Amino acid sequence: MSLTIFMQQLVNAASLGSLYALLAIGYTMVYGILRLINFAHGDVFMLSTYFAFYAMTSFLLPWYISFAIAIILTILFGTVLERGAYRPLRNSPRISIMISAIAASFLIQNLAVVFFGGIPKAFPSVPIFSKIIQISGVSSSSISVIIPIVTILVLFILGYIINQTKMGMAMRAVSKDYEAARLMGINVNTVISFTFGIGSALAAIGGVMWGLKYPQLIPLMGLMPGLKCFIAAVVGGIGNIKGAVIGGFILGFGEIMIVAVSVYMPYDLSGYRDAFAFVLLIAILLLKPDGIMGKSSVEKV
Amino acid sequence: MKRNIFLVFLLMSVALMFGCSSEPADSGTEGEDEVIKIGVFEPFTGANAAGGALEKEGIELAHELFPTVLDKEIEVVYVDNKSDKVEAANAGRNLVDKEKVAVVLGSWGSSFSMAAGPIFEEAQIPAIGTSCTNPLVTLGNEYYFRVCFIDSFQGVVMANYAYNEAGAKKVAIIQEISNDYSVALSQIFQNEFKKLTDDEDAIVSVSNYNTGDQDFTAQLTSIKESGADAIFAPGNFTESALLMKQAKELSIDIAFLGGDTWETPAVIEIGGEAVEGAVFSTFFDSAVPLTDTTTVFLDAYRAKYGEDKEPAAVTALAFDAYILALDAIERAGSTDGPAIRDALAATENFQGAAGIVTLDENGDAVKSAIIKTIQDGKFTYKSTVEPF
Repeated sequence: MSLTIFMQQLVNAASLGSLYALLAIGYTMVYGILRLINFAHGDVFMLSTYFAFYAMTSFLLPWYISFAIAIILTILFGTVLERGAYRPLRNSPRISIMISAIAASFLIQNLAVVFFGGIPKAFPSVPIFSKIIQISGVSSSSISVIIPIVTILVLFILGYIINQTKMGMAMRAVSKDYEAARLMGINVNTVISFTFGIGSALAAIGGVMWGLKYPQLIPLMGLMPGLKCFIAAVVGGIGNIKGAVIGGFILGFGEIMIVAVSVYMPYDLSGYRDAFAFVLLIAILLLKPDGIMGKSSVEKV
Repeated sequence: MKRNIFLVFLLMSVALMFGCSSEPADSGTEGEDEVIKIGVFEPFTGANAAGGALEKEGIELAHELFPTVLDKEIEVVYVDNKSDKVEAANAGRNLVDKEKVAVVLGSWGSSFSMAAGPIFEEAQIPAIGTSCTNPLVTLGNEYYFRVCFIDSFQGVVMANYAYNEAGAKKVAIIQEISNDYSVALSQIFQNEFKKLTDDEDAIVSVSNYNTGDQDFTAQLTSIKESGADAIFAPGNFTESALLMKQAKELSIDIAFLGGDTWETPAVIEIGGEAVEGAVFSTFFDSAVPLTDTTTVFLDAYRAKYGEDKEPAAVTALAFDAYILALDAIERAGSTDGPAIRDALAATENFQGAAGIVTLDENGDAVKSAIIKTIQDGKFTYKSTVEPF
């Protein structure tokens, strides 16, 4: 593998890893607060791309307004989903709320098939994102370079919200101890809605960029990325935001590299790319079930 | 420990999500003797939905033109195989057990036809493939026929094109590993191309992707320095369009060759400029009418969908499958499965919109292939290749 090719693969991996990281944070934040795996997260991501698509094609809005609308609508949808599907079950056993999450996921997918149609749609191309940039043999579209930059920016903003603001402090408190936080006068419902809002916003930012990079929309497009990013969150240590980012990047790099090196292998591995995520999940559950950044929790009996 | 159990449970539920399958929606009543039911088995949702939609156009058109057979009304029953092999078997079961159709038409996508083939054979319901080109669809299945040519022909056509017309000496392959159509076509292409160039290393690399994948940058980057003159990438149209788009982004300036699945508007919509110059083989082009039926089909198509619309090849094939089914029922004189099967097997010089259909001993049509390219955002006729 020449250096140029290696650098090219790194660029490919960085943009894929960033998208995974953005989505994985949504899983991990909700888990951190509610101890709930939001299985509908991948579908929220899918919806955001359709929102942007319709804003641009049916309402003919310029891309920046369309993307802003898509993000706002997705945030609204995420909070409404929490209110409708999860809040009524807040005090039920954990399993009920998880079943509700799976049901929500199926409902959104199939409603999307009904409303948006099963035929793949082409995400409109925005010229400034589809320019081709070439630096000493390494070539990529501008969106592939913008994705990691936006991701880093978003991570800084997220870090600021969580560590420096009052709402962030409340979020940390709720994630530490739900009951005690409530007793200290924190409005737990607001905090949870806010968390879902942030998670959905990240999914929407990821979704819009995904649409620009992979301009093909189908109602089931959230399924596989959703599953993989859930794995990324578990690998990093679910409930830990840094872990989710690390998990997302490990997954992105692993997937690209398994294909990159398979050319030099006697047996072709490129078809096993999707298996990488699942093998990684099994390995991490066997070796370090709390994930890379997770603290091992001691259950006191 | 408790948390481990929880995670294991999560994994199980994930497995469940994949395992679950819903029954196709029910439609119509059964047991009426006054109508003859023809089942249409196509992907209407999922990754291949655009292909299913094109074939549905052809069947609707044929149904409007020829709504009766044996003096009975024809009812067309559409089932969705959801672009999924498991769902395809369920959809096939639905046609056989619940709808009790006389003949099945479809599918776009060989994998789905192969999944449901044994079900139709067991129930003794003849099936007519529209554009499923994998040789295994009809091989060893007494009840599966088709109006299209097969990949053992198509693969050879494309290998010859690559060697003779495109002047390629080295070819890289990118195949959709989970798609029977793509794998078989690429295998036949590889064998033929090696034979033509007389070079065991003429295929510089073979890389794989899965149905539904959206990122092909890693596969393409590996090809960048492999020295290939052409990339043969048969596969589903949406993935192929993304593939070509990403090749352009990676500044890979190598000719793309593909198969009949590429003739779908989605390729141009998604691929845009990146798919310009791509070359593929297909069944039919309105610029070169093949039979009298072609004129009937084209007139009806343009009357229904607009003067300036060009029908896709698979639309013509679906039209052919429907009228061939009617012809066979008429020749059999009944809706009895084995009788229709025998009539179908005896098909000779049937005038279809997409060429003359003569079925060989496997139930495959022997007909010419057409090579097309994408030029200025349109599918453009290049040449015709006669069967060998």
